[in-house]
Amino acid sequence: MTDLWGGLYAAARLLITLDPDLIEIALRSLRVTLSALAIACVIALPLAALLAVRRFRLRRATIAILNALMGLPPVVVGLVVYVLLSRAGPLGVLGLLFTPTAMIIAQVIIIVPLVASIAHQSLRELWAEYHDLLISLDTTQRQRIATLLWDGRRSLLTAALAGFGRAIGEVGAIMVVGGNIDHATRVMTTAIALETGKGNFALALGLGFVLIALAIAVNLAIHWLSRTERGQQW
Amino acid sequence: MVEMLPLVATGVTVTRRGKRLIGPVDLNIEGDGVTVVIGPNGAGKTTLLQALHGITRLNAGTVRWACPATQARRAQAFVFQTPVMLRRSVLENLIYPLRAGGMARKAALALGREWCGRIGLGAAEGRPATVLSRGEKQKLAIARALIIEPAVLFLDEPSASLDGGATREVETLIETAAKGGTRVILSTHDMGQARRLARDAVFLLRGRVHERGPAPEFFHSPGTAQARAFLAGDIVE
Repeated sequence: MTDLWGGLYAAARLLITLDPDLIEIALRSLRVTLSALAIACVIALPLAALLAVRRFRLRRATIAILNALMGLPPVVVGLVVYVLLSRAGPLGVLGLLFTPTAMIIAQVIIIVPLVASIAHQSLRELWAEYHDLLISLDTTQRQRIATLLWDGRRSLLTAALAGFGRAIGEVGAIMVVGGNIDHATRVMTTAIALETGKGNFALALGLGFVLIALAIAVNLAIHWLSRTERGQQW
Repeated sequence: MVEMLPLVATGVTVTRRGKRLIGPVDLNIEGDGVTVVIGPNGAGKTTLLQALHGITRLNAGTVRWACPATQARRAQAFVFQTPVMLRRSVLENLIYPLRAGGMARKAALALGREWCGRIGLGAAEGRPATVLSRGEKQKLAIARALIIEPAVLFLDEPSASLDGGATREVETLIETAAKGGTRVILSTHDMGQARRLARDAVFLLRGRVHERGPAPEFFHSPGTAQARAFLAGDIVE
């Protein structure tokens, strides 16, 4: 119990004094996660819409695989990305290992299946509603995808937030490919793991509370910006 | 407007899960005015309209227009029995087909506003279409179909479960469109509506065209016993 109080105290002190190290790693956490999320959405949302509007032979298999990949173990993803990016690996010449870029790559791989699966679920229902009309209007596949993405944007937000949640709290993959290097690749989660390992529970908990607050703040900000749950929005 | 009539359907058959829904149907649609498709529940009215419109897969037979198929596709519109409302504002719903057809947004908006006023939704143009009443949704769906000035308009029971006032407004829209040169093909359960609108009638029974004739004669003295019984309000199966 004393550790928890100590953690709250540490969190308060870090925030009130605007601890420069804290701000640095918090900003890096946000930068890595939001970049990964943006890239993942660009890949996953059109993919989800395509899976909804188009009937092709491997469609069911693709959906099943995407669903299965939602449970991808991050540390394994980290390992595979590590092998690919390591000096001896096929992408070694890029020199990306132990950089934030490597962390972003790993996180994109982890959250694309999650965002695509959740987005597909809601777009499928929307498509069932729109199907007859859009077929009758002789729309092109592109127009159908654009219509679904635009009209389904509120439920897609949920998919994106789920992806954000997974990425911001992720530690296994980014630890492996980022290396938790101070002032280079240290982020909130890897710092917490480090402090916990050192037995520095108060600081670890403090960082943990700040991380939770950060996640909630981002969620609230996005909801506020997109005006969900207000008036007659749908 | 594209010259796409006559519409010639030959041996059109639609089968789903081993059950024949319609067919074989041979039907010619030409001239102008309103063709009304009537018949008991399950006779295949909706399937026939969808088959003619080309949004349902045919198991046999052909539907031919006087112009190339792609051109014909763009010059017709369909209003579904349950109006499909895009999760957008009334105005955005109206301009959707225009935008999909490549019209510039500004021109589309101007035309959309004009139609909003025409269907009495001028004050509601910014409201989400999904919260409209049943009658307003139906008017919006018809306006959205008419806004592209189709040569042929299909309506599947356009006034099912509407009250008198809304039905009258819907019929006025249909009549105005027909007078403007749009060929209308509509199915209905409402014999009063069929009599009010029809130039000719198609009586469907068990997936086939049982009788076809120009409107006053058909309603006055149908040629077959089943049509006579149906018009008299008997249950025909």
